[in-house]
Amino acid sequence: MVERIQPGDAIHPGKPSTVDRYGPLARLNHWVTALSLILLALSGLALFTPSLYWLTGLFGGGQNTRALHPWIGVVLFVSFFVFFFQLWKANLPQRVDWVWLSKIRDLLGGHEENLPELGKYNAGQKFIFWGMAGLILVLIASGVLIWEQYFADYVDIPIRRIAVITHSIAAVLIICIFILHVYAAIWTRGTLRAMTRGDVTAGWAWRHHRKWLRDLARQRRIDPAE
Amino acid sequence: MTNSWTDIKNADLVVVMGGNAAEAHPCGFKWVTEAKAHRGAKLIVVDPRYTRTASVSDYYAPIRQGSDIAFLNGLINYCITNDKVQWEYTKAYTNAAFIVKEGFGYQDGLFTGYDEEKRDYDRSTWDYEIGEDGFAKVDPTLQHPRCVWNLLKQHVSVYTPEMVSNICGTPKDKFLRVAEMIAETSAPNKVMTSMYALGWTQHSHGAQNIRAMAMLQLILGNIGLRGGGMNALRGHSNIQGLTDLGLMSHLLTGYLNMPSEAEPDYDTYMKSRQFKPLRPGQTSYWQNYSKFMVSFQKAMWGEVAAAENDWCYDYLSKLDVPAYDILRMFELMNQGRVNGYICQGFNPLMAVPDRAKVTSSLSKLKFLITMDPLETETARFWENHGEFNNVDTRSIQTEVIQLPTVCFAEDEGSLTNSGRWLQWFWPAATPPGEARPDTAIMAEILLRMRELYKKEGGAFPDPVLNLSWDYHNPREPEPEELAREINGRALVDLKDPADPSKVLVPAGKQVVNFSQLRDDGSTMCGCWIYSGNFNEAGNNMARRDNRDPSGLGTHAGWTFAWPLNRRTLYNGASADTQGRPWDPSRKLLEWDGTKWVSDDVPDIGVNAKPGEVQPFIMNQEGVSRLFARGLMRDGPFPAHLEPFESPVQNVFNRRMRGNPVGRIFESDVGRFGNADEFPFFATSYRLTEHFHYWTKHNRVNAALQPEFFVEISEELAALRGVTAGSWVRVWSKRGSVKARAVVTKRIRPLQCDGKTVHIVGVPIHWGFMGAARKGHSVNTLTMPVGEANIETPAVKAFLVNLEPTTAPGVQS
Amino acid sequence: MSGSTTYQSPHTAVSNPPVTPVAAGFGEADLVRRSATSDLPPPQRQLTPVAKLIDVSKCIGCKACQSACIEWNDTHPDIGENHGIYDNPRDLTENMFTLMRFTEWVNPETDNLEWLIRKDGCMHCSDPGCLKACPAPGAIVQYTNGIVDFVHENCIGCGYCVKGCPFNIPRISKADHRSYKCTLCSDRVAVGQGPACAKACPTQAIVFGTKEDMKRHAEGRIADLKSRGYANAGLYDPPGVGGTHVMYVLHHNDRPSLYAGLPDNPRISPIVQTWKGVTKYVGLAAMGFLAAGSLIHGVFARPNRVTQEDDVHGEDLVEGKPVPPPKPETYGPGSGEHR
Repeated sequence: MVERIQPGDAIHPGKPSTVDRYGPLARLNHWVTALSLILLALSGLALFTPSLYWLTGLFGGGQNTRALHPWIGVVLFVSFFVFFFQLWKANLPQRVDWVWLSKIRDLLGGHEENLPELGKYNAGQKFIFWGMAGLILVLIASGVLIWEQYFADYVDIPIRRIAVITHSIAAVLIICIFILHVYAAIWTRGTLRAMTRGDVTAGWAWRHHRKWLRDLARQRRIDPAE
Repeated sequence: MTNSWTDIKNADLVVVMGGNAAEAHPCGFKWVTEAKAHRGAKLIVVDPRYTRTASVSDYYAPIRQGSDIAFLNGLINYCITNDKVQWEYTKAYTNAAFIVKEGFGYQDGLFTGYDEEKRDYDRSTWDYEIGEDGFAKVDPTLQHPRCVWNLLKQHVSVYTPEMVSNICGTPKDKFLRVAEMIAETSAPNKVMTSMYALGWTQHSHGAQNIRAMAMLQLILGNIGLRGGGMNALRGHSNIQGLTDLGLMSHLLTGYLNMPSEAEPDYDTYMKSRQFKPLRPGQTSYWQNYSKFMVSFQKAMWGEVAAAENDWCYDYLSKLDVPAYDILRMFELMNQGRVNGYICQGFNPLMAVPDRAKVTSSLSKLKFLITMDPLETETARFWENHGEFNNVDTRSIQTEVIQLPTVCFAEDEGSLTNSGRWLQWFWPAATPPGEARPDTAIMAEILLRMRELYKKEGGAFPDPVLNLSWDYHNPREPEPEELAREINGRALVDLKDPADPSKVLVPAGKQVVNFSQLRDDGSTMCGCWIYSGNFNEAGNNMARRDNRDPSGLGTHAGWTFAWPLNRRTLYNGASADTQGRPWDPSRKLLEWDGTKWVSDDVPDIGVNAKPGEVQPFIMNQEGVSRLFARGLMRDGPFPAHLEPFESPVQNVFNRRMRGNPVGRIFESDVGRFGNADEFPFFATSYRLTEHFHYWTKHNRVNAALQPEFFVEISEELAALRGVTAGSWVRVWSKRGSVKARAVVTKRIRPLQCDGKTVHIVGVPIHWGFMGAARKGHSVNTLTMPVGEANIETPAVKAFLVNLEPTTAPGVQS
Repeated sequence: MSGSTTYQSPHTAVSNPPVTPVAAGFGEADLVRRSATSDLPPPQRQLTPVAKLIDVSKCIGCKACQSACIEWNDTHPDIGENHGIYDNPRDLTENMFTLMRFTEWVNPETDNLEWLIRKDGCMHCSDPGCLKACPAPGAIVQYTNGIVDFVHENCIGCGYCVKGCPFNIPRISKADHRSYKCTLCSDRVAVGQGPACAKACPTQAIVFGTKEDMKRHAEGRIADLKSRGYANAGLYDPPGVGGTHVMYVLHHNDRPSLYAGLPDNPRISPIVQTWKGVTKYVGLAAMGFLAAGSLIHGVFARPNRVTQEDDVHGEDLVEGKPVPPPKPETYGPGSGEHR
């Protein structure tokens, strides 16, 4: 399968050499989305179980929590999908993802060298990407159905009941994915800077996304940008 | 009401016909539910609509509005044919045995003596044969062909179940089921009560509707008994008080009559009011008429009223017409012959039929004064409210003065309920703004007019100048002062006629009740039937002892019932001719050998022997009247009459329109429609959520029933392509309204005289003032017809057409 | 105060109010359930269970109950429109806690029209779905006498109670975002009065007292209805929600849904049960497990670091120096090579 180089991805030779991975817009998107998701998780959990109701304190009480949560959801939805349209092509699944997945134990066991060379994203990242995308759709749809303030008059109560349980389950799942995502980003050292400074070291790229690096290097030779 | 609200709990069968007790009298209807719950009573509803009363009934039968007489005569016929008659009662306590004059007859829907020119009857044959002894002739065997019983039998014989069904549209099986249930109450220990209201009165033959049921009740032996009677449900908390106190142009207080032009002097007036008994030994209580009349005149003009000047009889107006009823007053306004109008506690722009005429009449006035706690439509008749009151304000020159009055909850006084209970009430709130009691406003008007008369003289100032006005504060008579005046007092020491050394009532003291009134000028009394309301024992209307030792709902210690605190009228008829109660378990009166014993006040001389003195003491006969003699203008028996606008012809006389003696004015003749142009049959009524045009000012009531609507059957909706909740236009010969459509199974088309009759229900209650949505009013559609006897507007049956339309203010 | 044991539950709504001020007869200490609260202390006493009995067969649909409810609770329902029916306002709202619902039904057995008029409103379930669904601690409470009450200062307006209620009763105010419904006039009952609607009912179709008395009263009414030909007359006290503290006498108790959709067999929706039950526990467990797993992995497993070798190869590739060739499996057969 042909994988295009994403606009903005580029190598900067230096000491050490860096590779641009995310532009400012993508990073802004990411962090807006991330912050929204965190706030949604906190406010949502507060309403999900009485044992976490105290979290409403973070939002200035139950009334504010109830009022803010859906609006944050809208922010997340918009922000995520701006992000989505930048990344979706690079996240299309490939045959190699299955090979990678089949050797996931090697990865967790510290034998990444046994895994195939990858493009910009590995199967885990793609799973998180599509998982997030799908669940956010489910959450926004079910969320609108139970958004009492504006939509109560248009939705039958039996449907609202299905929507609220769907929303809850989807929220649990997205939080799980979120945990995976965060943990993976931390466990894989050198990753965070991709979303802070926007670039990674050539070595990081070699280790985790070697094909991506090779493609960028080849591209650079054909078409020396700077 | 002959009985009281609380007494309804004693009924075995409740018939609601010509009324809608549950909706229009929900609090009183409680006693029907008590009868059902505790006596296992059955409830029958006969109505064009399946009403909220019907929703809790045991049996419902539909009827075409205005055809009640046919139904009731059919019931009488059923009872006679099937021998379901309380014979002992009928023979003893009705005029069944009285022999009617030769010459009396009934043919082609008319009684003897009809004059088509005058639209009136010569009633001379409608009377008893009088014997040489001066008493009416009777045949206790009921064999005489001209005895009332046989005439009645013959009169109702045409009202077979088939005929009833044909006229009324009631399916025959439903009529027969109702007849069967009602006939059961002919048993001496079974009692039926009749609850009716404006569904009977507001027809051109309204009084005859009521008579027909009264007659049925008499032959079933249900009058005077606990749980029985004829119970008019009055539509205002104090409308009973209105008629009692003579707020009608042809009445003085206590049902004394205003004199007519034919009675120029007191002697002439009294000559026709002797009320000589028509049977030996009978009470004929109206023989006391002069005592009440003179005491009334003394209350009005005090010292000035004296024997020498016929008790100021000349001060009384003499009627040149039977009555100056509301329809006549608006006719006169419209003719320009009445040009000032004080409109007190009334909203004629909404209430009087033929609104276009009302608007035209009010527009011709020089001045209109309204006295009301609310902003009535009448007070704003000149204001343009789009299609809800589309008048040309600039062309109206009437000067309108609004005088705000207190509302009932801010006032003190008494209200007389349907059961004739005078219930004293106290103010619950302070009146807002400049609102003043009606009495204060009237007093101010009187005092100023009197000043003008004093200053300027006039053709005949005496009645005003001499009017007795000895109140503590002449500018605002106190409710208790007025109540004491109504009760009456001795003007000199009243001595016992049997023992002149004994003073019964010292001068200046309140009389105990009207039995102490005299016609020699020694007593005064504002309203004789109320006398006893405020005597030396105090304000009896304020009594609040709700104990009821018999458990039968007498409550003799609760307020005061007129007359004499009597709770059930004609209660002498609750016992047989031996003085034994018809039903010992519901004993009301019992003869102990020397006197009547009761927890109520006997409606018969307390020592009057049973079998000798009959219990209908107000009648000259001593008994009740199945045959009304010439006392009603439209017949001694009720006969089926069609409304003036009807989808079908009168089956007994297809030429006859409406009541042959019903009142219509020359100028209104062109304002009637016929069934070709207006194929549907409408009726008007109240809803439980509202009270007339008052409660639309209240946001709570307005929220509970916010908008004007009409009710139609699913069949009519399909015929005209109307859906529930959409707008329809309804129009009669007199005007057009727009309303929301309530499409319901509760109204069904009826089959009458071979035609399908579609009924359109039009509730009252909306206007262009207040909190509820602005709406059209039903009186835009209704007919200016007066009832034959009492000129009540006939607004319960009229022809309309109907079509789908767009919302008011939206062009189609 | 609330701790008093002398409080007498009202046995009827008919009596007139005492003239002297009365302290509330029950309160916080009498709660048997409190929404989103697991550590509610058990109540110190058991109040007599109360109930409102609505005898549909005696109801004349006069709406006095609605009127009394508006007056007592000082609500301001909108002045709406006529919708082609008698129900007004059109539905329960945050300003209309009770509503007459009118149904025209032709009884197929008799071919007679019956106009079934039911006063709708909170049923005060013994097992209240609203309370179960409520996420806000103390926003919904249940007293030991059975009254389920909304405590508005704790309400957050989420609408979960709406989803929890098997009878579609609570309404969320668009103005203050709090949920409203019939309180069974808990404020009146607390001072020995019956509910305002029962007090106002002219035919005493609405009666109030202890639940036991109301059941007994219902028996008499049912016997009366049976004697009038309503063979299926009965008491509506649905067991699916543990019984209710507002009960109906129905002429057709075999078909409650005839009465404007009164549920035939109401119970808290299984979806709501699952949502507030297994979903909550499994969800929390899943999230917790994953978070803990990550933590453990983070602590005990070596982090995935870029090696020196990786750095060298990376730099070499950038500088165009030779690097190890692509692993064969990177580009599977037929995958084509990027150009």
